[in-house]
Amino acid sequence: MAALNVSVVSADREVWSGEASMVVARTVEGEIGILPGHEPMLAILAGGEVRVTLPGGEKIAASAEDGFLSVQSDVVQVVASRAALS
Amino acid sequence: MGSQLRVYRQKIKTAQTTKKITKAMELIAASRIQKAQARVASTTPYSRAITRAVSAVATYSNVEHVLTTEPEKIERAAVVILTSDRGLAGAFNSQVLREAEELSELLRSQGKEVVYFLVGRKAVGYFQFRRRGFERQWVGSSESPEFDLAQEVAEAVLEAFLRDAADGGVDEIHVVYNRFVSMMTQTPEVVRLLPLEVVEGVEEPDATVQPLYEFEPDVETVLDALLPVYIESRIFNALLQSAAAKHAATQKAMKAASDNADKLITDYTRLANNARQAEITQQISEIVGGADALVAAK
Repeated sequence: MAALNVSVVSADREVWSGEASMVVARTVEGEIGILPGHEPMLAILAGGEVRVTLPGGEKIAASAEDGFLSVQSDVVQVVASRAALS
Repeated sequence: MGSQLRVYRQKIKTAQTTKKITKAMELIAASRIQKAQARVASTTPYSRAITRAVSAVATYSNVEHVLTTEPEKIERAAVVILTSDRGLAGAFNSQVLREAEELSELLRSQGKEVVYFLVGRKAVGYFQFRRRGFERQWVGSSESPEFDLAQEVAEAVLEAFLRDAADGGVDEIHVVYNRFVSMMTQTPEVVRLLPLEVVEGVEEPDATVQPLYEFEPDVETVLDALLPVYIESRIFNALLQSAAAKHAATQKAMKAASDNADKLITDYTRLANNARQAEITQQISEIVGGADALVAAK
């Protein structure tokens, strides 16, 4: 299965980047899960947790504040002015 | 004669003390450039991601938005000037202020009123000395700007941008700052932030290959939220560039000052040696003359 190429970026640095099998984030509309092959999307994140599941099954959680989620051809970018791993 | 020698020695000492200071400042600036450059580099992923998102919205949707459409008549333009808080940086501040003056002249010739937003004590001083008005000022944190500062500046200019022209709002936003090109070169640069000049793709992407973007909740809301962030990131980047350029300019100026002090020390040492030699020669000739006179008196 194809993997997602995820990067979590805050205003002053790249918080995390790597491969993942799934990303779950909370947008203003509600929680959204992204799997490989998702259609291109640009969404506004509601402040909160972004959960990234690695191919191995481990989970990473990051908090992101006023940011965006952009998905394009299996490249997922979580862009927030303030973001940190939690 | 002896007094001459003393004057030269005094001058050598002054030059040496000055050199110690400038040398120290040079080293401090040199070490800070690395840090400032690293900060510029570490914000690049963010601004790249934002820029990509903005261009995605601009290419995949044809929504009319207040931030992207150009008003028919521009009455007022805002100019954000980024300078440093401290001097001793060669032409750093004067070149950016000169650039801003040229821009203002151009804008006024197009019949626009110019409103200033100043960052850095030097710009504020420049405007206050000339008794010219400005809208807002931020001083004290230009050495290592934090993201908060960028947010504050962006908020202020956006607020002015969104206000009606009749209430003193602006229709255009320009930023003037020093761009860090290399250790030796820092060039003043003018960037128009708003209305946006998103560079559109040369050809329209094929719908079958590139399915349309999905926007959540909808295009307008996304654009509403995205553009301020874009402005913030551009201003933050400009602030960091300016800080890095300031350190480079300081280093260059202080190196020149140290070299100059070296030259002064050499010159004055020569003169002092000369004066000392002249003094000795004079003393010898006085002694010889005295001895001659004694011999002649016998």
